[in-house]
Amino acid sequence: MSASTHPRWVREKRDPSWLARLLDWKPLLVVACLAPAVGLLLVFLTYPLGLGIWLAFTDTTIGRAGVWVGLENFEYLLEDRLWWNAVFYSVFYTGVATLLKFGLGLWLALLLNHHLPFKSILRAIILLPWIVPTVLSAIAFWWIYDPQFSIISYVFVDMLGWRTTNIDFIGSAWPARWSLIAANVWRGIPFVAISLLAGLQTISPSLYEAALLDGSTGWQRFRYITFPMLLPILAIVMTFSIIFTFTDFQLVYAITRGGPVNSTQLLATLAFQRGIPGGQLGEGAAIAVSMIPFLVAATLFSYFALARRKWQQGEGND
Amino acid sequence: MASVVIRDVRKAFGPVEVLHGVSVDIADGEFVVLVGPSGCGKSTLLRMLAGLENISGGDISIGGRVVNNVPPKDRDIAMVFQNYALYPHMTVRQNMAFSMKLAGAPAAAMEAEVQRAAKILGLDALLERYPRQLSGGQRQRVAMGRAIVRNPQVFLFDEPLSNLDAKLRVQMRAEIKDLHQRLKVTTVYVTHDQIEAMTMADKIVVMNGGNVEQAGPPLVLYDRPANLFVAGFIGSPAMNLLRGSPGQGGFIAEGGGVLPLPPGTPAQAGVYGIRPEHIRLAGPEGLAATVQMIEPTGSETQVTVRLGETLITCAFRERITAQPGDTIQIEPDLGLVHLFDSASGQRLGA
Ligand SMILES: Nc1ncnc2c1ncn2[C@@H]1O[C@H](COP(=O)(O)OP(=O)(O)OP(=O)(O)O)[C@@H](O)[C@H]1O
Ligand SMILES: [Mg+2]
Repeated sequence: MSASTHPRWVREKRDPSWLARLLDWKPLLVVACLAPAVGLLLVFLTYPLGLGIWLAFTDTTIGRAGVWVGLENFEYLLEDRLWWNAVFYSVFYTGVATLLKFGLGLWLALLLNHHLPFKSILRAIILLPWIVPTVLSAIAFWWIYDPQFSIISYVFVDMLGWRTTNIDFIGSAWPARWSLIAANVWRGIPFVAISLLAGLQTISPSLYEAALLDGSTGWQRFRYITFPMLLPILAIVMTFSIIFTFTDFQLVYAITRGGPVNSTQLLATLAFQRGIPGGQLGEGAAIAVSMIPFLVAATLFSYFALARRKWQQGEGND
Repeated sequence: MASVVIRDVRKAFGPVEVLHGVSVDIADGEFVVLVGPSGCGKSTLLRMLAGLENISGGDISIGGRVVNNVPPKDRDIAMVFQNYALYPHMTVRQNMAFSMKLAGAPAAAMEAEVQRAAKILGLDALLERYPRQLSGGQRQRVAMGRAIVRNPQVFLFDEPLSNLDAKLRVQMRAEIKDLHQRLKVTTVYVTHDQIEAMTMADKIVVMNGGNVEQAGPPLVLYDRPANLFVAGFIGSPAMNLLRGSPGQGGFIAEGGGVLPLPPGTPAQAGVYGIRPEHIRLAGPEGLAATVQMIEPTGSETQVTVRLGETLITCAFRERITAQPGDTIQIEPDLGLVHLFDSASGQRLGA
């Protein structure tokens, strides 16, 4: 046997080297592991945020360092009709777009959760609107909404003959508002659909089988099994979606620049408009800061909606 | 309550046929256990009964009505799943009342049924808990409660005890059997544990590779297994099955040793079967065998002996003082010898 021809190997006990001991020293590990994260947070998160908030309390303009003016910027905003318009449209835009995104996204997710032919290809296609850079898709929408060359107008006027004039998508206030919402919904659906699909797939099929034997109809299975089990993930996805939509900038800026006559100004675009092209850095920062209460409210909503439901508590893996 | 007839049922998943024509008759109120090794198609057959899988061939009827194309909710059956499939977001009460709620039953009726089931199963104190807050055995009981509330024609169980520890399994086994005796509902119970099958069944259906090997009362399967598969599957420790041929006034085992044969043995006997518990310690006139291994279980002693090169397991009621290497005398009970044809594996003689 080969085993007997080798000397028996004995594991010897060695003291670890000073380097190994140093690397095992907990305080050093804590500092070494935390430093990069804290550094990144400070540089890229806290500093800009802090600077923005600081600017909101000054009358800084481009090229001139400002002085502390307290709440003056905010007092001014409260009397500013444009700011109120932006608040209204931001809330309206977020509310309507979120409703549509979740309605359509949930419907798509439910469809994709069935056995469909070419399922993986369908899923990939659905992700497309999300993968395309926003500015690129915004330019595409800009083109689609063009008063003269819009493909939609072309279809209705020249191909179907249902209309005699081109559709005015972004030339007046309300059509422009709805057009932007449509673009946002188109862009946001993939995120919602794919996230909810992931949630749907965590629901055990045997629950549906049990419900089937319990005599449920399709609607009852959705109402009593799918929806409650999906609620936790629905709440997370909705929070993110609300935050992303409320702070949207790219779509609006690329398609309408807030026009016509500021009717599609969101808080983010208005802040930019005042701060950079308008040069009123302090006032722009104040507008940006004024979004914080809305965002905090959205986060709080999710915090309470997400608070572990009673049925999720306790031990067990089933 | 209803009888169930399964007639030449086949099931194919795509090109693969996993059930090759299964026929089982289940009388009204009978407790039938489907037993067989993993992958033999027990769950598939049960799910076809429930309507969760469609039927590729043959007929299933419940209460005299062919249900091949009847959707699950109209078959009037209740099923207890292996993983229980309790609705995690509902309390025990809501879980049990769910089927009635779907059917739009009034709250008072719902409560009465839940109370009745809870009383039967001893769940009264747990009605407000969520499934996560229950132990395995309690969840199992809730799953049964959910089935009881339905008042179904047929109960289906798919390995309901396989997630429980040994002690709880014995206890739940008794509870399920007791429940059946009280409710007298036709029951089909799937397990791969032959002890569960033996202790609970009115009738055992032994399945293997998508076929029924034998169906009958537990003791019939134990006393007169129809073929080698059933002989080896039913009984613990398993029956000794020795290959060889008759000759020299007995049965010559391939590995050596000559075992006594009952009179009138067919000459084509190729396998000699004897259960460990049907081998006795004998006087000097018995077969001399060398002890290989001794495993005391307390109530009996399992001894593996060597007869030439042939290994034979024996189970003695007596305490054995012999050591491995010693020689002991053994003697099979001639009346309880099973003989099988070696080519077909079928039982020979009566
Ligand atoms: N959906 C399916 N698609 C393809 N093959 C399947 C499917 N379900 C089961 N099978 C196959 O059918 C055969 C029987 O499976 P089944 O689940 O009925 O076995 P079982 O007897 O219940 O086994 P176990 O004791 O392990 O639960 C297996 O070979 C399995 O691979
Ligand atoms: Mg199974």
